[in-house]
Amino acid sequence: MTEKSSGLTRRRMVKGLGATLGAAAFGAALSPLFRSSGMNAAELMQRHYKELTPADKQAVIERLQAEAKEAFGVSISIQDPRPTPQTKFVYAINLSVCNGSGKCVEACHKENNHDRETKQSYIRVLEMPKGTMDMEQGNTTYNHTVPSPDKFYMPVQCQQCDEPPCVDVCPVQATWKEKDGIVVVDYNWCIGCRYCMAACPYHARRFNWKKPYLPAEEINPNQGYLSNRVRPQGVVEKCHFCLHRTREGRLPACLEACPTGARVFGNILDPKSNIRWVLENKRVYVLKEELGTKPSFFYFFDK
Amino acid sequence: MERTQCPNGRLSRPLLVLALAGLAPALALLLSACGGDVAPETAPAGQVAASAPTGVHIRTVPGVPTIPAGPIDARGHQARVACSTCHSIKAPDTTRKTGAELTAFHQGLQVAHGSLSCLSCHNEDDYDSLRLADGHRVPFERVMDLCAQCHGPQARDYAHGAHGGMSGYWDTTRGLQTRNQCTHCHAPHAPAYPAMKPTFKPRDRFLPPTRESNDD
Repeated sequence: MTEKSSGLTRRRMVKGLGATLGAAAFGAALSPLFRSSGMNAAELMQRHYKELTPADKQAVIERLQAEAKEAFGVSISIQDPRPTPQTKFVYAINLSVCNGSGKCVEACHKENNHDRETKQSYIRVLEMPKGTMDMEQGNTTYNHTVPSPDKFYMPVQCQQCDEPPCVDVCPVQATWKEKDGIVVVDYNWCIGCRYCMAACPYHARRFNWKKPYLPAEEINPNQGYLSNRVRPQGVVEKCHFCLHRTREGRLPACLEACPTGARVFGNILDPKSNIRWVLENKRVYVLKEELGTKPSFFYFFDK
Repeated sequence: MERTQCPNGRLSRPLLVLALAGLAPALALLLSACGGDVAPETAPAGQVAASAPTGVHIRTVPGVPTIPAGPIDARGHQARVACSTCHSIKAPDTTRKTGAELTAFHQGLQVAHGSLSCLSCHNEDDYDSLRLADGHRVPFERVMDLCAQCHGPQARDYAHGAHGGMSGYWDTTRGLQTRNQCTHCHAPHAPAYPAMKPTFKPRDRFLPPTRESNDD
């Protein structure tokens, strides 16, 4: 190679120089991106979740675990449980029993590694005037002893719609509906345009305006790739029915935290399931049914 | 969570044993006096708890309840006595129907449970078990069968996982689901669920904070 000076023509040299300068200029142009978001090249070049091979996925998960270790000094475990065949998750809340204590909101906050400073959560409990189901009339900021006799309480979170408007509007397909009914977000593919937030009639999506702040000792190390791993800045997130728990057969964190037992969760395809009994025997309400979103989330009443 | 506690003080154990020992002859006497015609020893097998499917564990409730006796032992434990400690030797006053009317040993007992009186659920002659409406005795561990007599819809919902809290697994083939009993959440003497104060409020950008808001 060294002796073959004839190979190093002027044309080739110019080409090589151009390519080098081009790559350097490209890198320089991208450098603000890396600086501001803390994103590295591997993250930038990562493909869409659905295009990842098992080996790719493993590499990505290992990278994320290492990054979390570096950022927080704690060992976390990121799993990627996939939907179980013959399973469709459905949730229902008994509005005759819910007392608006907000324990579910807090449990979600802790389980899902939400930003501590904004006290973020996927659940919003609305204090509603009796006689209407119009969630726009609800108030989340009540701070008195509950339940108030002239009010009822309606927790609202992602309804895991069968016709999800948020999925339709995503320009980059960073959010989609999985086979067990859970609508998920690829946090590494989301561009943060927030179209989905505008499209969701239940105000169920949340945006990470800043890098989530989490003290190391409060991190939940049991994490899912499509669920509660610590999200980057500038991406949208949402309730995922605690898929890192529920796909392993466990109950969602908000259900376990409910002090009144108002929440019922299960596989609607199982005719003997609790959720099936509720839907078949209780007076069931679908929030904003008129929009045709077909939620996998129901509200019911005892009487 | 438990509203009643197992005896844990040193003093309480001998007291309980004494109470039980004292009870047995009294019971035998009663049974023989009435020709064995009083309530059968126990009711047929429990219905509510027994209907739980496999993979469901129903949290146990403490057995015979105890109340604080007053003295505190050297370790700082409250001495406790079982109901039968006194009731095995003292005839209940059936003219008194509410907690407010009771003066000795029942101070602070809030009774707000419909129009029930003490002996609706307690056996006049055996305070170590509960009494069903038909006169059958049930141990305290089977309190759900007692509640289910009047609260049928709740018992039905409970049986289908639609009433009462749970934890663990929704898929009971993969792990245990742990469920509460009635008295884990409802005080038997005043069963209305207590009022709570919401303690956690996210900052919500959708709705303007009201004057009483604490969310910032």
